[in-house]
Amino acid sequence: MNFLGQLFVMAVSAIFIQNFVLSRFLGLCPYLGVSKKMDSAFGMGMAVIFVMTMASAICYLIYQYLLVPYDLTYLSTLAFILTIAALVQFVEMVIQKNAPALYKSLGVYLPLITTNCAVLGVAILNITPQADGSTHNFLMATLNGLLSGVGFTFVLLAMAGIRQRLALVDLPKSMEGFASGMILAGTMALAFYGFMGLKI
Amino acid sequence: MSFVKELTKGLIKENPIFVIVLGMCPTLATSTSVNNAIGMGMAATFVLVCSNVMISLIKNITPDKIRIPVYVVVIAAFVSVVDMVMGAYLPELHKSLGLFIPLIVVNCIILGRAEAFANKNNVLNSLADGIGMGLGFTLALVVVSTFREILGNGTWAGLRVMPKTYDPMLIAILAPGAFITLGLLMAAINLLKERFQ
Repeated sequence: MNFLGQLFVMAVSAIFIQNFVLSRFLGLCPYLGVSKKMDSAFGMGMAVIFVMTMASAICYLIYQYLLVPYDLTYLSTLAFILTIAALVQFVEMVIQKNAPALYKSLGVYLPLITTNCAVLGVAILNITPQADGSTHNFLMATLNGLLSGVGFTFVLLAMAGIRQRLALVDLPKSMEGFASGMILAGTMALAFYGFMGLKI
Repeated sequence: MSFVKELTKGLIKENPIFVIVLGMCPTLATSTSVNNAIGMGMAATFVLVCSNVMISLIKNITPDKIRIPVYVVVIAAFVSVVDMVMGAYLPELHKSLGLFIPLIVVNCIILGRAEAFANKNNVLNSLADGIGMGLGFTLALVVVSTFREILGNGTWAGLRVMPKTYDPMLIAILAPGAFITLGLLMAAINLLKERFQ
């Protein structure tokens, strides 16, 4: 398969078929917590895409060139979470210094990303052998991070759009907040299940 | 007295899933069967108890500015222990929980208790808090998975409870069922709270 075809398959699978939020259950805290308003959902989504791409690339390099040669793969969880924490801190400082406007809109979300399990999840998934026994190469791992981030942002924005409208509806008191959010997410997951049938 | 109070508050009054609403990812992903739920709950409880005790012990020598990275390292160390022990002695459970064992590191409940409780309280109370919160988490997982396993598979912890003729609602153990079950349970709990207050 040529590269573009592979990329297309990967994009469809990361965004629709194996969506991080709706089918892998990763990154649910921001999905439910930051989806009340469209603006904040957009900011969070962009920050997640950025950090997931960087984290995929760096964690992959650390795993292949530091942990594997020295036989330290059992430390991967520890190494990855520290890398992600340091990366988030670093990104925060760079953005604050060089792009104050961007910092103003993303700043509050950046510290939250350290504990977003989607970021650690994609780093671990990138080094886990796939169903056919092959592992991602560096480029594929990075792209997987980017596309999974896009998938996350896509459903986050959809959720925010629905919840903004739902705020105007008169719900029973016991259904307000998380309860209705969960049922909404379930309906979305049901809709996304339709993509499972895609044969690519 | 306070030991007992800290121990029992996590079960119902401050249940991490239904009341504080933390740690959604493992709740939804590992509640497909009661066995998975208990395995996940026990793994998280172990990490929670150990990290709470450890963080409470070192709270006076931890510089305030880097306390979060310190917590994360402590938690990640215990998670690696659980990961390896489970891989060696319970390979089947380890396989079905998969990615969610290493992801205990970023479970908000554990970091949340470290920051909100173990950081400010003595070792004994932190131990009690860890056990209580861990059991509360396990209890919530078992409740969610009970509904999902009975509806989706007709069994409870592997034992058949529905008659043979029961046609399982497969949706309950798939991803959408997880969200809908938890949403309905939360609504039911809110309703009960309204009634009794």
